[in-house]
Amino acid sequence: MKYLDEYRDQRVAGNLIEEIKRTITRPWVLMEVCGGQTHSIVKYGLDRLLPEQVELVHGPGCPVCVTSLETIDRAHAIARMPDVIFCSFGDMLRVPGTHGDLFKIKSEGGIVRVVYSPLDCLKIARANPDKQVVFFAIGFETTAPANAMSVWEARRHGITNFSVLVSHVLVPPAMRGILDSPNNRVQAFLGPGHVCAISGWTEYEPIVDRYRVPVVVTGFEPIDILQGVLLCVQQLEQGRAELENGYARAVQRKGNAAAREMIGRVFRVCDRAWRGLGVIPQSGYSLTGEFSAYDAESRFDVSRIHAVEPAVCMSGEILKGLMKPLDCPAFGRECNPENPLGATMVSAEGACAAYYSYGRHLVDAHSLAAGSR
Amino acid sequence: MCLAIPGRISSLHDAIGVPMAKVDFGGITRDACLAYVPEAQIGDYVLVHVGFAISRIDEEEATRTYQYLAEMDQLSELDDGEPYHGEPDPGTGDFVHEVP
Repeated sequence: MKYLDEYRDQRVAGNLIEEIKRTITRPWVLMEVCGGQTHSIVKYGLDRLLPEQVELVHGPGCPVCVTSLETIDRAHAIARMPDVIFCSFGDMLRVPGTHGDLFKIKSEGGIVRVVYSPLDCLKIARANPDKQVVFFAIGFETTAPANAMSVWEARRHGITNFSVLVSHVLVPPAMRGILDSPNNRVQAFLGPGHVCAISGWTEYEPIVDRYRVPVVVTGFEPIDILQGVLLCVQQLEQGRAELENGYARAVQRKGNAAAREMIGRVFRVCDRAWRGLGVIPQSGYSLTGEFSAYDAESRFDVSRIHAVEPAVCMSGEILKGLMKPLDCPAFGRECNPENPLGATMVSAEGACAAYYSYGRHLVDAHSLAAGSR
Repeated sequence: MCLAIPGRISSLHDAIGVPMAKVDFGGITRDACLAYVPEAQIGDYVLVHVGFAISRIDEEEATRTYQYLAEMDQLSELDDGEPYHGEPDPGTGDFVHEVP
């Protein structure tokens, strides 16, 4: 497929790796922010192709992973209610709350539907006027315009049996949280390409200036990621800290104006609790007062449900880039995708789940290298 | 979750006042909302995320970046001032230098 195949070209990848090797003189720690990038890195083994001086740590950019246990419990409480059709993106179905996941609720008689697009929920609401249709509106900036449009269109068409449980999160506050951490190791960021396709990169420029940290807006294919790594390493080696766009075919400085305008109509910035990280001020979206009638949390009175995260899991440290999945004694043993203990194992894009899916718990670096000789 | 896939717009239509398109992803066609890339036309490539086109792919930028990356090995060799030693000499068929 055009714009996919050429960005997986082995020869170009080889060129980039050689150039990185030629450029680097000492160790650097880079964080890829987005879970989709983590998935690509582990899937294609990019971290193992890079010189040892490049350490990639995996960031908090998987919205399924960071949705708080409390919000998940609230979602599940709504999904269990009679006459509710609970709609969600597929990634959310396996995510465990305190009392099981959405699959369990479905098996017990709850009506749970996986939707491809938030607009599908409006079709379901029109076709089922005697039911309440609730959409679990999660995601980063990338997904916010789509979710906002579902609320906007519901009001425009007078669809009243539709509401949204909003748990939106924002990337820049999480990056600042990581950089403010006294144990921070991250020296440069591969910026989240599709988040920036919506929001642009102006919000990242103050982060670059304040923390003197390079940020390179990066895509998701192997060539994109290697290019992002090269641009970061060049900046670090030359003592520069700048915002660079390594994903120019898809991202412009001011992002997508129409999408941002819709976000501004429907959502306002709020404090948000992140699974594994805790509450980060001004790090999420909730509905504006004008659209509060579409807020499922108040419509179904679930805001009194509270939950405490289990302390056994190290996902908070992994989301901050302080640990890797293989550092956790539970990884691949009592914690696996079938029985996830925490945030980074719950979704396919979580760092632990990606490591598990591609067998990192079975094959260590040395045996892999020996096998390739 | 923030996955967005490039596809080519094959037709345009309207769904109760919302601009939509049929988008072809290497043989699989799906509907996508075009409200956020209203300038996109048939034949354009767009990145689609959860049923919404979020960005129109800039073909010029894509070609320029890709060509630069594809030619990187030659550029690096020029920078280093070293001859390229991976190909045989066109005249003799011998390698100019031993391949490491």
